[in-house]
Amino acid sequence: MQSGSISVAEVAGVFRAEHGRAVAVLARVFGDLEIAEDAVQEAFAAAVEKWPAAGLPPSPAGWIITTARNRAIDRLRRESSREDKHAQAALLHAQGEPVEEGVVRDDRLRLIFTCCHPALALNVRVALTLRLLGGLTTTEIARAFLVPEPTMAQRLVRAKAKIRTAGIPYRVPYEADLPERVRGVLAVVYLIFNEGYAASSGDELIRSELCLEAIRLGRLLVELMPDEPEAVGLLALMLLQESRRPARVGPDGSLVLLAQQDRSLWDRALVLEGQDLVRRCLRRDAPGPYQLQAAINAVHSDAPSTSTTAWDQIVQLYDQLLTFTPTPVVALNRAVAVAEVDGPEAALALVDELDLGNYYLFHAIRADLLKRLDRKAAARAAYAAAIPLTTNTAERTFLTHQQSTL
Amino acid sequence: MKQYLLGIYQPDGPIPEPSVLEPIMTNLASWNDELREAGSWVFSAGLHPPESSTVLRASGDEVLVTDGPFTEGKEHLGGFTVIQVEDLDEALLWARKLTRILEPLSVEVRPFT
Repeated sequence: MQSGSISVAEVAGVFRAEHGRAVAVLARVFGDLEIAEDAVQEAFAAAVEKWPAAGLPPSPAGWIITTARNRAIDRLRRESSREDKHAQAALLHAQGEPVEEGVVRDDRLRLIFTCCHPALALNVRVALTLRLLGGLTTTEIARAFLVPEPTMAQRLVRAKAKIRTAGIPYRVPYEADLPERVRGVLAVVYLIFNEGYAASSGDELIRSELCLEAIRLGRLLVELMPDEPEAVGLLALMLLQESRRPARVGPDGSLVLLAQQDRSLWDRALVLEGQDLVRRCLRRDAPGPYQLQAAINAVHSDAPSTSTTAWDQIVQLYDQLLTFTPTPVVALNRAVAVAEVDGPEAALALVDELDLGNYYLFHAIRADLLKRLDRKAAARAAYAAAIPLTTNTAERTFLTHQQSTL
Repeated sequence: MKQYLLGIYQPDGPIPEPSVLEPIMTNLASWNDELREAGSWVFSAGLHPPESSTVLRASGDEVLVTDGPFTEGKEHLGGFTVIQVEDLDEALLWARKLTRILEPLSVEVRPFT
């Protein structure tokens, strides 16, 4: 890789991989996210010009960071001569700060906590994390979240302005706030994953890329917070869900439920990695919602078919999950597992108690249970209630088909 | 160091019974003491109810003076504290303690320029 030509696409690959690290280091040096981001952007622009002819430098990350630092200092010197107080402050901050890659572990962690600060709106946290740590362009983020590009650009500018004016610190939070804040960080990463995982009307390519980006961020979190079992749990959960992607959609683009999936299509490498992580984090005996959801997925991935799945184990895991997140949606999922252990009648009794009338899966699951109980008219009515509650075409087609087979 | 305004929003209407108010005021006093000991206290003040306020607005040669608060609403700024701390996290730490004392009132944290 040291010499020879490198394509622009390869530079883009380095960009994606090193963006978060570079911004994190520069933000520490200059104490300002905006300056850090702009400088890193400029450094990559320079890389696109130089690398294809000169080849990849021995340390691409080091090259980017050094170039970015020099560009930022040049720019700040120009601006500080115009009596820009902010530039002067940033320049002062940067002086005597050697550029070190060695401590980037903490730098990136600080950057994640800054992007996911609770004083920022949730959608802003997601966008900022993708932008600064993931290196996604504003265009890509806007497309993935189905908002116009100017709207997303404005959101990002406002977020960075709030970080500066409100004094959101660029650091890992106080010990006392840490567990709560870690949960927020994990939630943002899982939100990114789900945005990509839930097949919906957006650009397919960007959406699956979001899953991969979330997994990449998940790996980063595990690397940065090795003592946080919930981070490991989240990564395992995402890997196990991602492993089923090839089997989730039929050749005609239709939705394939877990029970009907061709399990030979599951990505074995991801399954094994996910299962290994689940075992590793559960051994710590500090269960949390992500570890439990990962464990449920691990049980599924263990079985060659629905009939050989250890449903009783799944029910037990849902019982535990309910103690952490006692939501009706978790109770609904638990009922699905109960149907396999105690039969559809018992499950239906549980489902009917839930106040989820606006949720399409509530009706879809009821419909399925009613069908299994041979209550055709009631099942048809339940499908009819479910269909208008989802805007997803694949889900609609699936439900309509189920209804028509009754 | 940055300065932040901690604005306390409370519903309009009669002041609560002394039996309700007393423990709150005691806790508030010790919160203030704690702030002072930390060297973070700058200024604090309580305000009379919104009916007591007057709004002025200049238009051309005239200044229009009207009775009542700037915005109509069921809740208004009831008092505030100005603190001086390192960053937002530290400000939020103090604000968090304050909301515990004043439950269920909202506290708005806003940086000074």
